[in-house]
Amino acid sequence: MSAASSTLMLRRRVTNAVFTGFCVVVTGLALIALAAILWTLVSKGAGGFNLAVFTEATPAPHSRGGLANAIIGSVMMCTMGMTLAVVIGVLAGTWLAEYGQNSRYGSVVRFLNDVLLSAPSILVGLFVYEMLVAPFHTFSAFAGAVALALLAAPVITRTTEDVLALQPSLLRESGVGLGAPLALVIREILWRSARGGILTGALLAFARITGETAPLLFTALNNQFFELNPTKPMANLPVVIFQYALSPYDDWQRLAWVGALLIAITVLTVTIIARFVTREQNRS
Amino acid sequence: MNNTAHEFETSVATIDPSLVKVNVKNLDFYYGGSHALKSVSIPFARNQVTALIGPSGCGKSTLLRTLNRMYALYPGQKATGEILIDGENALSPRTDLARLRARVGMVFQKPTPFPMSIYDNVAFGVRLYENLSKADMDVRVEESLTRAALWDEVKDKLRSPGLGLSGGQQQRLCVARGVAVKPEVLLLDEPTSALDPISSARLEETVTTLKADHTIVIVTHNLGQAARVSDYTGFMYLGELVEFGPTDAVFTRPATRRTSDYITGRFG
Repeated sequence: MSAASSTLMLRRRVTNAVFTGFCVVVTGLALIALAAILWTLVSKGAGGFNLAVFTEATPAPHSRGGLANAIIGSVMMCTMGMTLAVVIGVLAGTWLAEYGQNSRYGSVVRFLNDVLLSAPSILVGLFVYEMLVAPFHTFSAFAGAVALALLAAPVITRTTEDVLALQPSLLRESGVGLGAPLALVIREILWRSARGGILTGALLAFARITGETAPLLFTALNNQFFELNPTKPMANLPVVIFQYALSPYDDWQRLAWVGALLIAITVLTVTIIARFVTREQNRS
Repeated sequence: MNNTAHEFETSVATIDPSLVKVNVKNLDFYYGGSHALKSVSIPFARNQVTALIGPSGCGKSTLLRTLNRMYALYPGQKATGEILIDGENALSPRTDLARLRARVGMVFQKPTPFPMSIYDNVAFGVRLYENLSKADMDVRVEESLTRAALWDEVKDKLRSPGLGLSGGQQQRLCVARGVAVKPEVLLLDEPTSALDPISSARLEETVTTLKADHTIVIVTHNLGQAARVSDYTGFMYLGELVEFGPTDAVFTRPATRRTSDYITGRFG
């Protein structure tokens, strides 16, 4: 080997080592931050776990209580919000990928969806406040669910469009080539083929909205009692955490940590399920 | 020798009209502004295999995709002229696309099994047109898989996913799916381009047996394949049909200079 080419090889090896090292360090930093967050949550929240957390409503300061009403409220609003968001997001994403991909209207919708995707959640809360809270003179769980749906739908729209666009056009053509109408090909073949990706998108959206506080402050607000009527203000974990964490009372602060840990566990579980489901999908 | 004269030379053999299943007349095709087929006229004989050969981009696949109006899926693509299937013009605006595609089936370059079981892959197209009982559907599925020479390999796993099969098996599954709706015409767009030699040979055998029931048009880059499976061959170049005739004549006594240059490997 000539001297010139061995210098070249050395330079490549050094560049490679420096770059790899940089990637490893940065990954390590991200993992340390994640571990620190989880550790703080576990160390401050785990001690407060007991049966009352799941069975009793949020207490007055210095009295017994739990987070049951907030947990139920969060589950209800997330369920309603996700139902709305999945219906809107999957249909809108399908339209963008299959019908509107080259149209002017399609590109406007896609652009606006991208704007919504990065819209600050507090603006979404204010918007829903104006539309669904102020006119009815009451905060409500419905309004909260709509605000959450507005945050989740753009994520689902985007991922649905992306995974459908990834489906080979030959798959579409072979359905159409048998004489099936495009709508049937989409429902029976493309959605089935893309279901892993669509599901991942929906779970990501769910993970995003479970911890959202700002939009709920303006819409569902809070409620210190059990409330199952969606037209009334309803307790929910993020707002309870916000309120309790800022309070001067030790027991409220402890419950806030428990609530935060609960949300983290839920998001983690959902993400792991999403990974698992997509892996199963790819295998079959 | 004057080369320019050869550049415009064409030779299209005629077939007794009573033997013609699909008659393409003066077909022009446009991808937006680009003129992809230039006044192509070609007959496809009933229950015979016609191969379309020619270099990449010459319009073979485009011609195939006009026969079942697959291009209608894409805005900006347009065909003019006539495609008479038993005398009925497939390009007429009154043509029902679902019915046309039931009559004219298609198999693609790459295997495209649907994300469902082997059984449902075959039954999918049938269910669009016929309401068969479970027993009748079982018979149809078996018959179609047998005709695609796949039955023996999959009869014990009809409920497992079509995507679990090997590439060659997947392509034969696509053939089974195509023949299950009993099309009169079967279009094969480079059906072996993604397959290994053994799978290709099996698919070629299948094609030869299928012509008893279907009129077959096959696009291929493989000249040996065209010579082996087809009864008629059309050579296309730059959107034109340069030569058409019985396969042995086209391969042994090509009538035009461009055809003989292509099949002897001088260009393409």
